[in-house]
Amino acid sequence: MDIAFRNITRIFAFLVFSLLAAIMVSLIYGSQESLAKYGLSFLWTDDWNPVEDSYGALVPVVGTLLSSVIALVIAIPISFGIAMFLTELSPTWLRRPLGTAIEMLAAIPSIIYGMWGLFVFVPIFQSYIQPGLISFFEPVPFLNQIFAGPPFGIGVFTAGLVLSIMIIPFIAAVMRDVFELVPPLLKESAYGLGGTTWEVVWKVVLPFTKTGVVGGIMLGLGRALGETMAITFVIGNSYNLPSSIFSPSNSIASALANEFNEAGGMQKSALLELGLILFLITTVVLALSKVMLLRLGKHEGAAH
Amino acid sequence: MFNSDSIVSLANPVYRRRQRMNKIMLMLSLGALLFGLFWLFWIIGTLIFKGGSSLSINLFFEATPPPGGMGGLMNAIVGSVMMAAVGTLIGTPIGILAGTYLAEYGKRGWLAPATRFLNDVLLSAPSIIIGLFIYAVYVAQVGHYSGWAGSVALAILVIPVVVRSTDNMLSLVPNSLREAAAALGCPQWKIIFSICYRAARSGIVTGILLAVARISGETAPLLFTALNNQFMSWNMNAPMANLPVVIFQFAASPFSDWNDLAWAGAVLITLFVLGINILARALFRK
Repeated sequence: MDIAFRNITRIFAFLVFSLLAAIMVSLIYGSQESLAKYGLSFLWTDDWNPVEDSYGALVPVVGTLLSSVIALVIAIPISFGIAMFLTELSPTWLRRPLGTAIEMLAAIPSIIYGMWGLFVFVPIFQSYIQPGLISFFEPVPFLNQIFAGPPFGIGVFTAGLVLSIMIIPFIAAVMRDVFELVPPLLKESAYGLGGTTWEVVWKVVLPFTKTGVVGGIMLGLGRALGETMAITFVIGNSYNLPSSIFSPSNSIASALANEFNEAGGMQKSALLELGLILFLITTVVLALSKVMLLRLGKHEGAAH
Repeated sequence: MFNSDSIVSLANPVYRRRQRMNKIMLMLSLGALLFGLFWLFWIIGTLIFKGGSSLSINLFFEATPPPGGMGGLMNAIVGSVMMAAVGTLIGTPIGILAGTYLAEYGKRGWLAPATRFLNDVLLSAPSIIIGLFIYAVYVAQVGHYSGWAGSVALAILVIPVVVRSTDNMLSLVPNSLREAAAALGCPQWKIIFSICYRAARSGIVTGILLAVARISGETAPLLFTALNNQFMSWNMNAPMANLPVVIFQFAASPFSDWNDLAWAGAVLITLFVLGINILARALFRK
């Protein structure tokens, strides 16, 4: 009985262990047609044309990466501020409710973000914020190339902004948790030397938790890359390389969500290959994030 | 009090600059928190404002209508509940058993640390990829979309959440409890069942609830597995309606009565998911 139970649990552990490999094998198997036809050039072909049955991954890959990078640029400082507020500034009795409220942002289903984004945020953004940003950056060289184009409302920037709201709770939660790992003695020494709160956070807490913070950012990036439903509503779903951050474009996940069910033959195979690319990118990013968080744990153990 | 050449004197320019920097940064930190809360309240406010008016009891008793017709979301609600329930029933035992191995048997050997690592990757893997995976191994083989396929996709999302919470919670059970039972001659499986599971129960239940909350709102894995069904159906072996996909299709449609139904569905789902999240937290704190 003892050995039986032990082996049953081991079988299920092995099942979980092999899931990722199974996913990868199934995606490779499904996309072999497209893998064989296009080879590596799939990655830098910007043509996606179901009519002529010719496919390349460049636009969705660029759209995915660009929207995720925009999301990170917005989310990192905000998450840092939230984590700092929750660990250093907030009165103790407020910490839990505020932390829970921020975590609720992660609980809202992504389709709700998409709907809200399309029906509520996009019209406001299009008529008020976007023209303002475009005219504000107009006289600035270089930046006026980035913030340019007609204000459609939908586009890569909108997608990145919605993504940033969705990943803030993940990054903030990791940052808060690693900030709490800092030995009080270290912080108290810094305060004792006359450091201000900001100096303690910036020069003591942050260096101590550096790997953990980067791990949290990578976790947010992994989340952002694979996010589907929210992006599908607001990125614009057009196969054009974004010429500015306001251009409509496409991401891997939204291409899959929009086309997979109607696709057949080579298009289906190409979409599966897109899925494979997304899977590989996110797996590498998430694995790196995990390695960094583990390393922080070890470092912490060595300090005692 | 302070004379002018003291370091902490207000007259000392370096000290004043540091204080000013500190104030600015603390304000920005508060601003970041308000920024986060702002979106939360805006989204919830929108839902209540837009969806609240479309909520009615008919939502629960009528199937989705053709454009311009009257109807509710009954088929979608039934489909969502059935698939989430089956998904949880498949995923939970697998997750608990695998988590048990990690925490109880995996002290030595490579399998436990490797599984723990991959499980954390799986936890954040894009859910649309899970949909593709089930499409490739199940839907494409059987030849049709079905509620079962949707359930299996959801089960794969449940597993990593449950594995992680089981593993964490069992690791929190003090070893002295296990040793006391072992000293009384209790076999290990019995220690795990009657002592470890009991001690870790509230944590594991919290994990399961969070998993249920997560799959209730998932759209992407159902798109290629359960698809959708315009009509009322209890048949798990056929394409099945579900709230998230109905919301997706109705929200993207040009018909305003469909849009209203999408908002109503959005309110239902959000209330349910946030409710379970809060319940899970309350339960865990107890």
